[in-house]
Amino acid sequence: MNQALTVNDLTVRYGNGCSYCRDISNPLDKNRCPHCKSVWAVRNISFELYPSEILGIVGESGSGKTTLLRSLYFDIPATSGAAYLSGYSDGLVDIMGVSSQQKRIIRNSLLGMVYQNPTQGLLMDYSSSGNVAQKLIAAGSRNVGSMQDRANELLEHMQIPLGRVKEPPKQFSGGMQQRVQISKAIANNPPVLLLDEVTTGLDLSVQAKVLDLIRSVQKKLNIAIIIVSHDLAVIRMLSDRTIVMLDGGIVEHGLTDQIMEDPQHWFTQTLVHSLI
Amino acid sequence: MLRVENLSKTFHMHVGEEKSIPCLDSVSLSIEPGSMLAVIGPSGAGKSSLLKCIYGTYLPSSGHIYYNAKNGDVYDLANASLQDMRAFRASEIGYVSQFFHAIPRIAALDILSEPLINRGASASAARARAGDLMGMVGLPESLWGMYPSTFSGGEKQRLNIIYGIITKPRLLLLDEPTASLDPVSKASVLELIKELKSEGSAILGVFHDYASMQLVADYSYHIVTKKLEAVA
Repeated sequence: MNQALTVNDLTVRYGNGCSYCRDISNPLDKNRCPHCKSVWAVRNISFELYPSEILGIVGESGSGKTTLLRSLYFDIPATSGAAYLSGYSDGLVDIMGVSSQQKRIIRNSLLGMVYQNPTQGLLMDYSSSGNVAQKLIAAGSRNVGSMQDRANELLEHMQIPLGRVKEPPKQFSGGMQQRVQISKAIANNPPVLLLDEVTTGLDLSVQAKVLDLIRSVQKKLNIAIIIVSHDLAVIRMLSDRTIVMLDGGIVEHGLTDQIMEDPQHWFTQTLVHSLI
Repeated sequence: MLRVENLSKTFHMHVGEEKSIPCLDSVSLSIEPGSMLAVIGPSGAGKSSLLKCIYGTYLPSSGHIYYNAKNGDVYDLANASLQDMRAFRASEIGYVSQFFHAIPRIAALDILSEPLINRGASASAARARAGDLMGMVGLPESLWGMYPSTFSGGEKQRLNIIYGIITKPRLLLLDEPTASLDPVSKASVLELIKELKSEGSAILGVFHDYASMQLVADYSYHIVTKKLEAVA
């Protein structure tokens, strides 16, 4: 398959659903079924991610962006739908339907994830290089020396001073913690990297540094990236294509400049016109 | 190379007052390889919108944009897939916007050499070519290592034009390429455009500077109330 990742009708629902809300042509009250009150955090989402492209996902808080990303990383179980990774069984096997052991293997060798909150992605009391090594061990590395070298190389590339790589992330600033997270996420050269609001909460100059590093990583490793953000400026700078989410569904999808300059859906227009 | 048929564009605004704004009305034109078609008209006539519809930044409301691609196939850019559009932008269709959106925190020389390196040129060859072109349009060496956000309007525009032509696109869309340039820079930019044309590229440019347009264009249209009319 040509795509790095294909997602078909992915759904994350809280509650059992009913005949009304299971019919996707029926509108919900935001993302909640007016009859059975089930919440459809992600409702029948399909998209493709191509090798070495950056796909942006924008939408307001609660639109399902993070849930979508976390279900692809198996943090949140998908209720239904399928996903295919070109790196796994040539993209012929639905990764949502495999055993949890296989999911662990996929997560450790074919995916990287950077969470909005570094405490979710890092062990704050471990050394930073140990955090990176953890990902390498999970993927099967056993040689301590080579893991150390690899961790130092990655952290150095992310501009963590070599003299500080033994320090635990809890002693680092927010921007440094995000850079340790990125080092960890890309340690195994995953073909697909998932970034969840990586620059939210960072001040502008730190944000710029993290964005520059993401861009350099993408160029160097040539990986496909999905970046979720509510910051349109971040999406405009980084992504080739953009998906706009609202209430668990996709309302618009296009080339990033088209989404920004000729938005079609009322929600995208509201979003774009909210830019200050 | 490019044949636009009955292209229309209307913006539908859903924010604030619900409104439809017509912008282009049944525009048709065609451009052959090695020639330049210019569209002139006052501000707000729809010149830039025409270019943006062809480049995919605006979604056409109706009509067709037939493009003869390098692979020999004809694509309707009005309905092309996003992947095809991305591929054309990466290697065949160039667009020089009216305003330069600098990629922040990257030196001018690196911005210009990147597209060449992406196509397989060595870093030294790419930088040498970028340096040559900057020299030709009068951007002094002292600026090459600087971030373009520090450039003046005219310097940014020249950088923007070089960025658009450095890869020798088969089809080049130029939005007011000489608008904020002094006569000397203007002449050097027009020279670069002529050179690209002589190498076989098809160029569609929009101008409101009639004199510059006449120096490079083979054909021209006025854009009048959203429609094209031949220039007498």
